[in-house]
Amino acid sequence: MEGFGVSLAFWILTGVTLVAALGVLASRNLLHAVLFLILLFVGMAGYFVLLSADFLAMAQVIIYVGAIAVLVLFAVLLTPRAGRNNGETRMFLPALLLCGTLLAIILFVITDTNWAVADESPSVTAADLGEALLSRWVLPFELASVLLTVALVGSIMLVRSREEEAEDAV
Amino acid sequence: MNGIDLVGPQFAVLIAAGLALVVDAVLPRQRRLIPFVALAGLALSVAWSISWVARDDYQTAFGGTLVLDRYAVFFYFVFAGIAAAVVLASIEWVERAGRGQAEYYALVLASTAGFMFLASSRDLISIFIALELSSIPQYILAGWGKDERSSEAGLKYLLLGAIASAVLLYGMALLYGFTRTTELGGIADAVAAGGDANRSLLILAVALVIAGFGFKMAVVPFQMWVPDVYQGAPTPVAAYLSVGSKGAAFAVVTRLFFEGLGPGVASDDWSMIFAVVAAVSMTFGNVMAIAQTDIKRLLGYSSIAQAGNIMVGLAAISVAGEEFVLGASGVIFFVAAYAFTNLGAFIAVIAISQRIGSDRIADYAGMWKRSPALAGVLALCLVSLTGIPPTAGFWAKLYVFNSAIRADMAWLVIIGVLNSLVSAYYYLGIAKTMFVAQPAEEATFRPPLTLSISLGVAAAGVLALGLIPGPVLSAAHDAAETLALVY
Repeated sequence: MEGFGVSLAFWILTGVTLVAALGVLASRNLLHAVLFLILLFVGMAGYFVLLSADFLAMAQVIIYVGAIAVLVLFAVLLTPRAGRNNGETRMFLPALLLCGTLLAIILFVITDTNWAVADESPSVTAADLGEALLSRWVLPFELASVLLTVALVGSIMLVRSREEEAEDAV
Repeated sequence: MNGIDLVGPQFAVLIAAGLALVVDAVLPRQRRLIPFVALAGLALSVAWSISWVARDDYQTAFGGTLVLDRYAVFFYFVFAGIAAAVVLASIEWVERAGRGQAEYYALVLASTAGFMFLASSRDLISIFIALELSSIPQYILAGWGKDERSSEAGLKYLLLGAIASAVLLYGMALLYGFTRTTELGGIADAVAAGGDANRSLLILAVALVIAGFGFKMAVVPFQMWVPDVYQGAPTPVAAYLSVGSKGAAFAVVTRLFFEGLGPGVASDDWSMIFAVVAAVSMTFGNVMAIAQTDIKRLLGYSSIAQAGNIMVGLAAISVAGEEFVLGASGVIFFVAAYAFTNLGAFIAVIAISQRIGSDRIADYAGMWKRSPALAGVLALCLVSLTGIPPTAGFWAKLYVFNSAIRADMAWLVIIGVLNSLVSAYYYLGIAKTMFVAQPAEEATFRPPLTLSISLGVAAAGVLALGLIPGPVLSAAHDAAETLALVY
């Protein structure tokens, strides 16, 4: 990570991401919060590009911005308007304290740690990733597909109505 | 083929899960067969595990992401046994619920395979995937009842479980960032080489990992979901959660700490974390259990206390040298003993509540006169949970407390023994209600055949481990030694 351009990009990304994160927390309207969340995801993708993790950046955009954010939007749109209020709750102060403490601890640990810095930025292509997934990581990779199947079966079971179930019972 | 052979026990379980769905689709009139397909798969899995014991040719596989050692195989037996008991105990309930019979068993089996992978994973990534594979079916199963209570249980479990997974991942990411490897052996090397310089990072990472798994173990302060989920979830599922999920979490944490983070820099630090969590869990679980009037909630709180007991074995991790494996083998034996005992208790509760339609302890009055077998087995399991000989629970407690004494943690053992006294009050209180109080009605009853079988096996296990603990104790010791082999 050298050069003025990279530093500039880093600070711009940091600004955008922080504003987006605060926006998620501060918006009263749940819909706005989701839009800020999308901006946050895009900012994270930018970090991945800066770290030369191009594939990860693409995946971040496609999965988080493309799929998850849209899913969240749909969920919000299907929620009754009364349930969309993102206003104050009794837990505001305890949550703030808890998060503040956690933030302090993490900041302390980050500065206290002697991080190992890579000499050169690694270059990993999508082909490398594919090969790794199907050689060393083949077991977790296959398990992930079992996991998805199970999740599909389970979610179908949970959303089926009583009538559909009755029809099915032979 | 070699690859499949190495994951044979899990593979058999997953095949049975798929087959259950296929039978449902192809032979819709033969749905009664499905639980037996599941049982056949589990039997095949056990046979495969036995063949590995016979071959005695343990090895790592898949680039070190999985290891097939005595430790893993020991837990294969435990988890296959748990799943078989749960399948037997579910048959009546699932038929009455009248929906998705195949899916129910497929989810139970998939989750069992996840447990088995957890016990044999030696890499943070496969550990995480295996954890999710075991958890997601449980979230769904907890909500299976679809009434208000069950849906609440499912949703609560899902949301808190997702947070726990996120916390766990954060801890794993920190570990990876520091050691630059996800493999447990590599982590051990990096931790040993790193020295004291990065102690604070290591402690933060480990605390987050403990928090993530602590949710599955149901130790304080990650226990808030337990009573509601146990009460709301279908009782066979609650039984499954209480032994399977807890056992798997302890299996993986024991491997993680004894292999990846064992005699490293900060092992005194996490010995202390474990000891404090154990003491608080035991005390909290027992004190809260006293006031319960619902037997499922009581068993929920008691399972928190039992998790505290098991964790005493993890606190003994700081013992060095020859006795290093004592804590680990205590954990292993305790998990096996606890599996038999708690399953027995839950299955008796299933059989009783099917008949009397209530989970209130007061309604158990005079159960001895109505169904001597059920009351007898439930009482036996409660005695074992208290830790009184001649039951499995006695040796389990003796073993973990002994390891804590060797680790110079006498204070923890004193807390544990005091807690056992407190627990005797409410465990034996239930027994007293069943044996002394007058029943509301006199009609006697017998549990259905499938429940009787699983109940008989559980009771036999509790007594066998109590009377002749030798073979299992030495198997647990051998299993723990394979963990220490890394050094």
